[in-house]
Amino acid sequence: MPILEYEALEVALPGMARPILDGVSLSVAEGEAVALVGESGSGKSVTARAALGLLPAGARVGGQVRVGGAELIGADADTVRAVRTGKASMIFQDPRAGINPVRRVGDFLTEQLRLVGGRSKAEAEARVLELLGAVGLPDPPRHLRQYPHQMSGGMLQRVMIAGALTADPRLLLCDEPTTALDVTTQAEIMAILRRLQREKGLGLLLITHDLDLAAATCDRIYVMYAGRIVETGTAAELLAAPRHPYTAGLLGSSPPLHGELTRLVPIPGSPMSLAQSAPGCAFFDRCHFAQPGRCDQAAPPLAPLGAGMVACHRVDELANSAAQEIR
Amino acid sequence: MTPTTLLRVAGSAARRLLGMAVTLLVTSFLVFSSLYLAPGDPASFLVKGRSASPQELLAIRQQYGFDDPFPVRYWHWLEGVLHGDLGRSYLFHQSVGEVLAARLPATLLLVGVAALLIAVLGVGAGIVGALRRGTRTGSAVLLLVTVGAAVPSFVAAIVLRSVFGVQLGWFPTIGNGTDLLDRLHHVALPAIALSVTFMALVTRVTRSSMLDELRREHVEVALSRGLPRRTVIRRHVLRNALGPIVTVGGLLVSGMLVSTAIVETAFGMSGIGSLLVQCVDQLDFQVVQAIVLLVVAVFVVVNTVVDLVHPLIDPRVRAAGGAR
Repeated sequence: MPILEYEALEVALPGMARPILDGVSLSVAEGEAVALVGESGSGKSVTARAALGLLPAGARVGGQVRVGGAELIGADADTVRAVRTGKASMIFQDPRAGINPVRRVGDFLTEQLRLVGGRSKAEAEARVLELLGAVGLPDPPRHLRQYPHQMSGGMLQRVMIAGALTADPRLLLCDEPTTALDVTTQAEIMAILRRLQREKGLGLLLITHDLDLAAATCDRIYVMYAGRIVETGTAAELLAAPRHPYTAGLLGSSPPLHGELTRLVPIPGSPMSLAQSAPGCAFFDRCHFAQPGRCDQAAPPLAPLGAGMVACHRVDELANSAAQEIR
Repeated sequence: MTPTTLLRVAGSAARRLLGMAVTLLVTSFLVFSSLYLAPGDPASFLVKGRSASPQELLAIRQQYGFDDPFPVRYWHWLEGVLHGDLGRSYLFHQSVGEVLAARLPATLLLVGVAALLIAVLGVGAGIVGALRRGTRTGSAVLLLVTVGAAVPSFVAAIVLRSVFGVQLGWFPTIGNGTDLLDRLHHVALPAIALSVTFMALVTRVTRSSMLDELRREHVEVALSRGLPRRTVIRRHVLRNALGPIVTVGGLLVSGMLVSTAIVETAFGMSGIGSLLVQCVDQLDFQVVQAIVLLVVAVFVVVNTVVDLVHPLIDPRVRAAGGAR
């Protein structure tokens, strides 16, 4: 049974030309690591936050989001709190912004256990010390008394991870967990996340703009563009043979992890803002293979293809060859 | 705390105290010289309109040292102030210290009650204004802030006095009162009149500081961890919004002290403020000097306290404090 399941999730802000999320369906099984990849503004963060019942103020919401079987859309406060305090936790992008700078690290770590979980200070601290050791911090008792500004970004992100684990969640949502960190610490943080996820058998949803990182750490990948899932498949498949021109473009525009560095090909143009909308494929203006009269008429549905799914009108003609070409 | 941090804290405290002393010294000079330059001859006031011969006036001027050169007079005065002698009031034939001491409690009560009103109602309204932004309640707070900020304390004093004092008769309109309850009864309307403008300012600062903090990502993180909204507001929003509120609060205290001049006069209270008005009117410069110096001293002390409190509110200031 999936620990996290989205069914046709729609989130729209009044006054915007297109919805933030347009029929997003996605699932994460227990113990599975899944990545949601897309550019900034594609709606990936909104998707992740919806799993904790955090939706943009004033948004119109449709569809379903279930965490551990509990429906979150239209849920009462108790259901939402139960999800947030035992089923799912989120690790945010910038730990320096995500931890209150005027309170001690120990306050941040223990407040959930003490104020919601009803544990005593001593119990909460014992639990937190254990977690700080598990995320590889050198001197847990000292860190409890430190303020955030006294720690490095990498250390703080470990604190954030420990904080996400205090309530023993079954699902970890990671929103660009390494983007704000030094390159050297990024690998360490990803390694810690992966190890903890495997050890505890957690479901993991990794939000990232980095397709290579996604492929290196996750089992399956969803690619998102302008609020829609445009391609999904296993990490190996997607990396070896991307079938949506956007996925291929993402791969072609980032340097390869292995092998010779060839010329990078950027995707022309820029992503559609919420103020823009198109009757056809949202990627039409930026696509090498766009066919006027067809691709700009109706949005392509996400249709099964092989083991995965792709949303592209021309996917059959292009097959692998054309999309591969631009790599 | 390690010995080095202790040394650093002691060092910065010593620097602050020195700075305070220098500020007060400079102020004393400015106060003294501005009154020296002010028009009017205290000697002619001292004879209280009785006709005096030039010889008599000269005698008085010599007795009080009015004809000494400026630096000599300043030095005499400063020497006295440093020994706790603020001079003699021509008007009351008492030492300035005694004159002030008799009126200080009433003013302290007035400012204290007003400060309490500001802290409770001003900060409270600011919190409500921030949390209810965009609703009818939030707009009402904004409206009250705008109106409050636009009402000078003398207008507030006159309106309150005529409505609640004269027409409804709920509050006394004149005097200080006798026992504590009676004093509080007397001070209620003046305290409200004194606090209106300042309260609006505090409400505004609280509201915008709260709104700034509500937007922080750590607030969303705390909510995402299932902490009740009320707890998040208290622990992470209000707590973090305190800095600007405390700073503005500190600046307001001396402003209120000055405004007592208007409010105490309007309500016929006997305090430092009404004393200042009276002594300016009657050219009793010794008292005026002492009051102005007192106001500046309160300003400097309160702001030093605010500076010292800041590291407790925001630990990041503690880290940066050593460098200054």
